Amino acid sequence: MMIFRLAFQSLMNRWVTACLTVLAIALSVMLLLGVEKVRTGARQSFADTISGTDLIVGARSGSLNLLLYSVFRIGNATNNVTWKSYQDIAKMPEVKWIVPISLGDSHHGFRVLGTNGDYFTHYKFRRGQSMTFAAGGPFTDLFDAVIGSDVADALGYKVGDKIIVAHGVGSISFIEHQDKPFRVSGILAKTGTPIDRTVHVSLEAIEAIHIDWQSGAPVPGESISADAVRKMDLTPHAITAAMVGLDSKLATFKVQRRINDYAEEPLSAIMPGVALQELWGLIGTAETALSVVSAMVVATALLGMVTMILTTLNERRREMAILRSVGATPTTVLGLLAAEGGLLTLAGVITGTVGLYVGLYLARPYIDHTYGLSLAIDPPRADEWLKLGLIVAAGFVAGLLPAIRAYRLSLADGMMVRV
Amino acid sequence: MSDIIVSSRDTRIEGESPLDAVSFSNVRYSWPGPSPFSLTIKKFTLGSGEKLLLVGPSGSGKSTFLSLLAGIVAPTQGRIDVLGTEMAKLSGSGRDRFRVDHFGIIFQMFNLLPYASLIDNVLLPLRFSRTRRANAERDGSLDAVARGLLAALGLDETVIATVKAANLSVGQQQRVAAARALIGAPPILVADEPTSALDRNTEEAFLKLLFAQSEKAGTSVIMVSHDEGLAPHFDRVVRLQDIAVSSRGAKQ
Repeated sequence: MMIFRLAFQSLMNRWVTACLTVLAIALSVMLLLGVEKVRTGARQSFADTISGTDLIVGARSGSLNLLLYSVFRIGNATNNVTWKSYQDIAKMPEVKWIVPISLGDSHHGFRVLGTNGDYFTHYKFRRGQSMTFAAGGPFTDLFDAVIGSDVADALGYKVGDKIIVAHGVGSISFIEHQDKPFRVSGILAKTGTPIDRTVHVSLEAIEAIHIDWQSGAPVPGESISADAVRKMDLTPHAITAAMVGLDSKLATFKVQRRINDYAEEPLSAIMPGVALQELWGLIGTAETALSVVSAMVVATALLGMVTMILTTLNERRREMAILRSVGATPTTVLGLLAAEGGLLTLAGVITGTVGLYVGLYLARPYIDHTYGLSLAIDPPRADEWLKLGLIVAAGFVAGLLPAIRAYRLSLADGMMVRV
Repeated sequence: MSDIIVSSRDTRIEGESPLDAVSFSNVRYSWPGPSPFSLTIKKFTLGSGEKLLLVGPSGSGKSTFLSLLAGIVAPTQGRIDVLGTEMAKLSGSGRDRFRVDHFGIIFQMFNLLPYASLIDNVLLPLRFSRTRRANAERDGSLDAVARGLLAALGLDETVIATVKAANLSVGQQQRVAAARALIGAPPILVADEPTSALDRNTEEAFLKLLFAQSEKAGTSVIMVSHDEGLAPHFDRVVRLQDIAVSSRGAKQ
């Protein structure tokens, strides 16, 4: 107890350097815990990209590929699903709802997704949250479009603006559906999912803009005007994928098996949650790298502390000689220095942890709004407590380094003061 | 050189005396390393309750002598007895405990922990020595004892209330150091040129107050100095070069 009081008073005597050291340790602890929070938040946000959907159905392919193009709008479908297959699946008794997805066009690099009005009610993200409209509403006309918040921000669109959809998915497209412009009917609120970067139109509109096309190019001399197309049968021939909701989750495997075994066309049905886990396993290596870097920062801060204590050691030889003269053993001097390292680290860990939670509390709304990343403010988990404990222990051990040097000096100097 | 004890007022009979606070016999200490140094002391005694001034020029081995006396270093040869205990028989930590129980020590300067209060500085040895703590507690609360000693050494209440020792003048610091050396009545007071940073008048006053307190407690005093002018204040003066042979090897 007395050793701690002396160590504390001695530290207060050098409060500027002590504060800087504590600050360095605090920042490193904030980084370590912060990375952990962001990691958990990112993993959760990733898993929250799609929820409430039991199966995603597409042409036969790997589950990751299907997930990537249907949910993340990355890459392309290998093949389409015929409208008949879609209807067959919709008729299955276990199927509660089914939402078609049609991809292949784009607008200034943002994917255009053809679907129907059910999409806005059935697509859920972040533990069952539904999409909401920041402005306008769903499609009412054939050539209406609902855009995600990133699209609106990036291109500066308001409800009522006209947009032209380009054929193909590149950001620069040479062929545009100029004859059939769309009107922005609604802008979705930020979700933090790929929906933000998507232009939604109706399935019939996708059919309509391609009705006078053949083999991916407009047929010369056969263009059909936007008004004429309204009178035609716009039932799609094929879609890219479909999202399926079931009455009971218990039926998932049964329905999945039945779709995979569908005789008339090779189809794949995947469970989005399982595929997301698989995908995270692939990209999750980056999070390990982050953890390693933050652990190194903690080590650097502790090294800084050791340097600080070592540099003050020479000017403190007198202090140690005084203590020796009043009966302190070299072991007491050793304990004093080790206690100093421990105290500094403890103060740093406490400051850092408190700082992180304050920072988290302040920055959370901004991060959620800007990056769609929801960071949880929950008490440190067991493994985080363990990490914090390990840092304090490491501080004591690191403090031993200068302490051993002080012990040696103290043995050599005795109580004779050398300056 | 001779091994005769030279003294100004030598009334003592040579030889072993059970009353001796300290006795050295045939002590030799050699410091190894690149600049070897050795000090040999045939005989030295400090009587109980005696006030002794040890004079020697710088480099004559005063520091080594004090280190041997306080058990900081152990002699290579010979025997040192302090209050009937042979120092060589004690372990390292045993010597540390023995030192704080039996010695009050005052350095030349910078005696105090600059960040601690005056009272904390004075009470420091009591945290390491049960014997001295018990001695001090006989006279009242520790805080009161410390204040009493500081007052007896000429520090007034406003100075004692000073928050940090670092804010004191050198003369005041030495008085606090004296209070620390005397608290809990250790049998031997060792002072290493405690007045070298003080002017004549302050020095005079300091020694008077110091001795008043040491005599009250029956403490033996050994003070090291290069200044023989202090001799009138002491019972006996010993010149280090008269009792000790020091040799310094050439640097290799």
